[in-house]
Amino acid sequence: MASIVEPEAAATHDHHGDHPEFLAHHFETPQQQYDTGKLGMWLFLIQEILFFSGLFVAYAVYRANHPEIFVYAHQFLDKSLGAFNTVVLLLSSLTMAWAVRDSQLVNNRGLIRNLAITIACAFLFLGVKAVEYSHKWDIGLYWASKFAPTAEHHGGSMILFWLCLPFILISVALIAATVVSKQKNYEQGYRFYGILALASVAFFVGVGCGFVVPAVAGSDSHGPAHVEEHAGESDHHVVATHADPAHALADDVESPRNAGIFFSIYYVMTGLHAVHIIGGVIALAWLLWRALKRQFQAEYFGPVDSVGLYWHLVDLVWIYLFPLLYLIH
Amino acid sequence: MADTQQANHPHSAHDAHGHGEHAHASFAHPMAPRMLLGVFAALIALTIITVVAANFPLGRWEIVVSLTIATIKASLVVLFFMHLWYDKPFNALIFVASLAFVALFLGITLIDSREYQPEIEQRTIEHVTTEVAAPAQ
Amino acid sequence: MSATVATQSAPHPQADAPTNYLTVTRGWRSWAFTLDHKRIGVMYLVAVLSAFLLGGIMALILRMELVTPTRLFLSEDLYNHMFTLHGAVMTFLFIIPSIPAALGNFLLPIMLGAKDLAFPRLNLASFYLWVAGAIFFLLAIVLGGLDTGWTFYTPYSTTTNTSVVTATIGAFVLGFSSIFTGLNFIATINTMRPPGMTWFRMPLFLWALYATSIIQVLATPVLGITLVLLAAERVLGIGVFDPKLGGDPVLFQHFFWFYSHPAVYIMILPAMGVISEVVSVFSRKHIFGYRFIAYSSIAIALLGFLVWGHHMFTSGQSQRAAIIFSGLTFSVSIPSAIKVFNWLTTMYKGSIWLATPMCYALAFIFLFGIGGLTGLFLGALATDVHLHDTYFVVAHFHYVMMGGTLIAFLAGLHYWWPKMFGRMYHEGWAQLACFIVFVGLNLTFFPQFIMGSRGMPRRYARYDAEFQPFHVMSTTGALLLGVGLVICALVLWQSLRRGRKAPANPWGGATLEWHCASPPPLENFAVAPTVGDPYDFDGLVYKGEEEGYVFEPKKQPAKREAEPEPATV
Ligand SMILES: [Cu+2]
Repeated sequence: MASIVEPEAAATHDHHGDHPEFLAHHFETPQQQYDTGKLGMWLFLIQEILFFSGLFVAYAVYRANHPEIFVYAHQFLDKSLGAFNTVVLLLSSLTMAWAVRDSQLVNNRGLIRNLAITIACAFLFLGVKAVEYSHKWDIGLYWASKFAPTAEHHGGSMILFWLCLPFILISVALIAATVVSKQKNYEQGYRFYGILALASVAFFVGVGCGFVVPAVAGSDSHGPAHVEEHAGESDHHVVATHADPAHALADDVESPRNAGIFFSIYYVMTGLHAVHIIGGVIALAWLLWRALKRQFQAEYFGPVDSVGLYWHLVDLVWIYLFPLLYLIH
Repeated sequence: MADTQQANHPHSAHDAHGHGEHAHASFAHPMAPRMLLGVFAALIALTIITVVAANFPLGRWEIVVSLTIATIKASLVVLFFMHLWYDKPFNALIFVASLAFVALFLGITLIDSREYQPEIEQRTIEHVTTEVAAPAQ
Repeated sequence: MSATVATQSAPHPQADAPTNYLTVTRGWRSWAFTLDHKRIGVMYLVAVLSAFLLGGIMALILRMELVTPTRLFLSEDLYNHMFTLHGAVMTFLFIIPSIPAALGNFLLPIMLGAKDLAFPRLNLASFYLWVAGAIFFLLAIVLGGLDTGWTFYTPYSTTTNTSVVTATIGAFVLGFSSIFTGLNFIATINTMRPPGMTWFRMPLFLWALYATSIIQVLATPVLGITLVLLAAERVLGIGVFDPKLGGDPVLFQHFFWFYSHPAVYIMILPAMGVISEVVSVFSRKHIFGYRFIAYSSIAIALLGFLVWGHHMFTSGQSQRAAIIFSGLTFSVSIPSAIKVFNWLTTMYKGSIWLATPMCYALAFIFLFGIGGLTGLFLGALATDVHLHDTYFVVAHFHYVMMGGTLIAFLAGLHYWWPKMFGRMYHEGWAQLACFIVFVGLNLTFFPQFIMGSRGMPRRYARYDAEFQPFHVMSTTGALLLGVGLVICALVLWQSLRRGRKAPANPWGGATLEWHCASPPPLENFAVAPTVGDPYDFDGLVYKGEEEGYVFEPKKQPAKREAEPEPATV
């Protein structure tokens, strides 16, 4: 039991009179509150790790038993987009860590700026992900029971549109809220909604990157040509005339049996990860709100630290998902 | 009980990276910008390495290489971005313990799952022959 | 150590006008939005008891149907629904939250000497997650029922047309309720112990809750992801568990039991913690082998993760895995036996007071002994192949879950009832209820061992006529058990209306909850208490006019003004 934490509060009992507002009634000192919150967050994170572990087990079991499916399926995942999104998340982790630093040093401007960049990175990530999903669904690469790869694009950009629609609505709502707040001279709301509106636009930048990045990376010598490259073109485009994977795609017979399960696992893993990103955005927006109200102080930055830990964990999961899903040979 | 000592002197081990442009709580541990940027640069470099390495035919070592790089990246994030290097040992303990339980779950399930593959194969083939060969029933 | 116990016992400055947590505020809002761990504990208590009532009625319906080998009033289909819902409701809604969420919530901060749990809002959120989970279960009953068995095994659960997804969401939500409770307990115990409350001065109930919380945080998320995959399997057809699409249905069992075996320790560990408290107090003797009991809780929690495959001996699991799991299963019996031996040694030469909590504790030791030892038959590979999926299994886990957890829950409820509600119940009637429950339990489940070993399979609505005498016995026992529980409920209900006021310390316990008034004031302790040995009864003296015990240190003058309740009968 040598590692067990002794209560720091034990030492200091003289704090009783001055109980700052941020300090909950059942804690003795700000440090006790901070340590408790942090331990709680770590416990939540290990819960998250075990939650995701089920997906990694399913992945491992399936890959061990059916390696051929993974070799076949990986060619439909765009390495360049995966790498791009990895960089986006790493950048968001940097700004998040910086936000924690700012909150510890009570640098409120820096805190707000870094939170805003982190939120924008999250939207950027989701934009790229939307493009990736829509490209796959375009050519029938659904989960197992709906898995029916076809050579033709069907639905085309409509799938992408439906994926973007919620974000369009969110952006519009945020812009509207910004305008209304401005008109009503509601300063706090104006800044809050304004920052979020700007950040949410990053989603559409992400969608743009989803098209541009593979095109740029495709000129590199590495990496096979990708089906995704053609998605930007007309809706009823026949892929069969194109490079290797498209060819494999045209020949349904060659796709190994049960290849759909790879995509099932892919969608569950990345989908649950995306849900965590969205949850993180909500938590970050909450921090932003409180930062704008200047609620964080020298002895009270625990919430920033805790959300930061959560955000890094989401990054951590992606650090493993990237090689496991995108970099298979 | 290294943690109590840690709490009292949070900066003992790492005075090198500066803090203290501003006053901050004794239990706060602001990371120096140099440190943050350094970790970030290392993470980007490792990402490039793993993407490049994926182009070489490494055979069965491919998964080992890519997961090793991922683990190095994960460790950097955990130790520095998540402050675990400077944190209370108990938090590190529960984190490592959770990984041990993941390993347990993964390991035993993986050992066992090959066992059923022939039956599953059988079932899948039956499914294909009954429902594809004779769809009208 | 006994001296330090008494020095702090000035619980409330205004002992003349005592307000307690029940009276401090009024109105339903003051309950619905309360952040007080005690009120949340009481709400949990009401909630889990109503779930127990629901599950119990289902059990009685099942037992009535089984009086005859042929149809009495339930169709086969309805029977399947009924046993599934009985299992799911009892497991997820009652047994798992019973002791930790209801009693633990109320007592953990008080026994620790803290004002509240670390995260009071999260605590309230856990409770409402429980409520949400319960609503989903009720919805599942209304929308097509559930007939998969509480284990949701694939591939049947992916093909049946009952409302598996609704029930899955319910269990998922309940899982998070459980996780947050565990998280809260660990954070509280680690960081909020007052001065003097070292790890080894914690009451053993807290050690048990700590071990339970470890399991809740580590194992329950795996249930969460399992249920997500199951729901995705049903709604989308992702094929991970579906052999038609190349998936692996046995993989589901690995996922499920990775959680659900440790979950049985979520159910039994807090029960063992209650027994450790009760046995020591009512033997008026220091608990024997404190550290062994404390460490064995942790050992059970950790070893419990290594044995899940013993549920899969006949599922096609590899021989190697089966042998390993069988061996490891036996290892769990070591820490369990350590506890039992320590309780027996605590009682040895103690002056045993057979009050109701102690009666339940003795019943626990007997019933848990049977339940635990029959587990060995099921953990052994050779015998399990014969006994698997028979009534022997049913009898085994009912002896552990009912004879263990339920009985310990009742022991704890009777032990802490005066503290929680400030009223004493009628001792004679409560003991009668305990006796009837004990007889009823044995009569219900012992015949099931016999018919199980003779081949009566579980989950069957119809059976061979040769088993009828056993089924009749079992049903008679179930009715008797029901009568006992009803008496128990009436006794407790009556105490709320007519019971005499409880003193601060009716049993002479030395743990901190007996230092504050009955019922406790809002923040438990005005001043953080100093702490002594939780099992040192030396300084406790019975006072006739208090009808309870007071702390009377040998060396220092007695702080008698500490007692908040004047002696009124
Ligand atoms: Cu088990």
